[in-house]
Amino acid sequence: MSKSALPDPFQDARNTKGFGTVNDQDDPVTMVLGLKDVRKCAHNWKTFQSGGEEVGRIVVPSEQAIRDTRQIPFEVDPPQHGDYRALVEPWFKRPLEDEYKARLATIIDELLDEVLAMDSVEVVEEFSLKLQSRALTLLLNIPYQEAEVWIGWGTHVFRSDDTALDAGKANILYDYIDQQIEKASNQPGDDLYSVLLASEINGKKLTKEEVKGVMILTFAGGRDTVINAVTNTIAYFAEHPQSLARIKAEPEITGKAVEELVRYFSPLTHMGRVVTEDTQVCEHAQKAQSRISLCWASANRDERVFENANEVVIDRKINPHVAFGFATHNCLGATHARQILHILLTALADKVTAIEILDHTDNIEDWDEFKRKVGFDALTVKFN
Amino acid sequence: MAKITFITTDNEHIVVEGESGSAMELAVQNGVQGIDGDCGGVCSCATCHVHVAEGDVAKVGPASEIEQDMLELDDNVTERSRLCCQIDVSDELDGIVLHVAG
Repeated sequence: MSKSALPDPFQDARNTKGFGTVNDQDDPVTMVLGLKDVRKCAHNWKTFQSGGEEVGRIVVPSEQAIRDTRQIPFEVDPPQHGDYRALVEPWFKRPLEDEYKARLATIIDELLDEVLAMDSVEVVEEFSLKLQSRALTLLLNIPYQEAEVWIGWGTHVFRSDDTALDAGKANILYDYIDQQIEKASNQPGDDLYSVLLASEINGKKLTKEEVKGVMILTFAGGRDTVINAVTNTIAYFAEHPQSLARIKAEPEITGKAVEELVRYFSPLTHMGRVVTEDTQVCEHAQKAQSRISLCWASANRDERVFENANEVVIDRKINPHVAFGFATHNCLGATHARQILHILLTALADKVTAIEILDHTDNIEDWDEFKRKVGFDALTVKFN
Repeated sequence: MAKITFITTDNEHIVVEGESGSAMELAVQNGVQGIDGDCGGVCSCATCHVHVAEGDVAKVGPASEIEQDMLELDDNVTERSRLCCQIDVSDELDGIVLHVAG
């Protein structure tokens, strides 16, 4: 078995009944598995809501027990969602600007030069975590050195080695964000905290709690997802040097390669919704107040839509994947994530001739009937 | 060389010219408001939705099944809807008009 392959554990259930079931802290979740079903449910925000009263319940595993701050705009539905989204969207589109791209390229080039000089590198801690943290300073527009604090937290915000929901770790993030909000409130600058604190919706200033909600989402949403995507990218190119050679020879396919890698990796397996009325999902009765999840990872391997769904087709031309979600609540950080991967692919093609995998520990998520490899807990390689 | 006119939701008319690539790429290069093309043109993000002008539908042709599936869930869909990342630029498209769906 190839080390970089991410098998599809959902295939049988997707083709036979269209859904699976996960028991999450005695609050079961019906996982929707087919691409069309996932898209339809994602589009129908009235029946499958994100902004219910119970904060944190749409996340699987549920975070109800460890937070009461509403993540914004993720846990707010239309019409209020549109106001929040319009407020933050221009900021999260900054990765399209030339200056941002150039600064991101510098961060990635420097990090690659660092690891190229080493005999071996543990990619998760020594490359992906650093890259994600350093790149985040650009997204927040704060000093580069701040990345050292987040690198010190390790790869997970809410998880430790023995528990998927670690309230102690979550509190480190919440306390940190509270402090940063206070700092920006006392001494406003041109960072995201200050911009949010100065923002208004319908003539009313955002509260500190609302600012905290945006910031928690920014930290949590883009952390292990980006780390997984970057680590998986390194593993993939280690085993497919010909793909790296193609990107070097045909840089115009880089954008398609990014989309295909994101489809194949699907760094976020699924995201939940709370059902507002008795309904049916894949001909399965679904009660009001129960939960479903939209399984992006399964939808992205739906062979009714994707030819050779379990292969990376590096220049796939039609690629209607849902790795960044779909419809109202699609990923706010997608522009930043795409830019990171685009620049990373360009830099790898430019500087690296071969990557050798020396050791690896798979990261397997346990969703009851489904065991999904989402990436690596550790990956040691030698860059050449 | 094809000249394509985009009409934005603010009724701004923007004429772009190209020989290859997609109509979405031309729109993004020329800063057409409302055409984002986030996914770079692989039919994944649906941020390049246009309505083809009535007289130009035959020139542009119909949406593929995958494209139709994407459009089906868009609020502003009409029988003249296309994702313009899937409209390949060629001489035959000279003179067409695309309304940004918004």
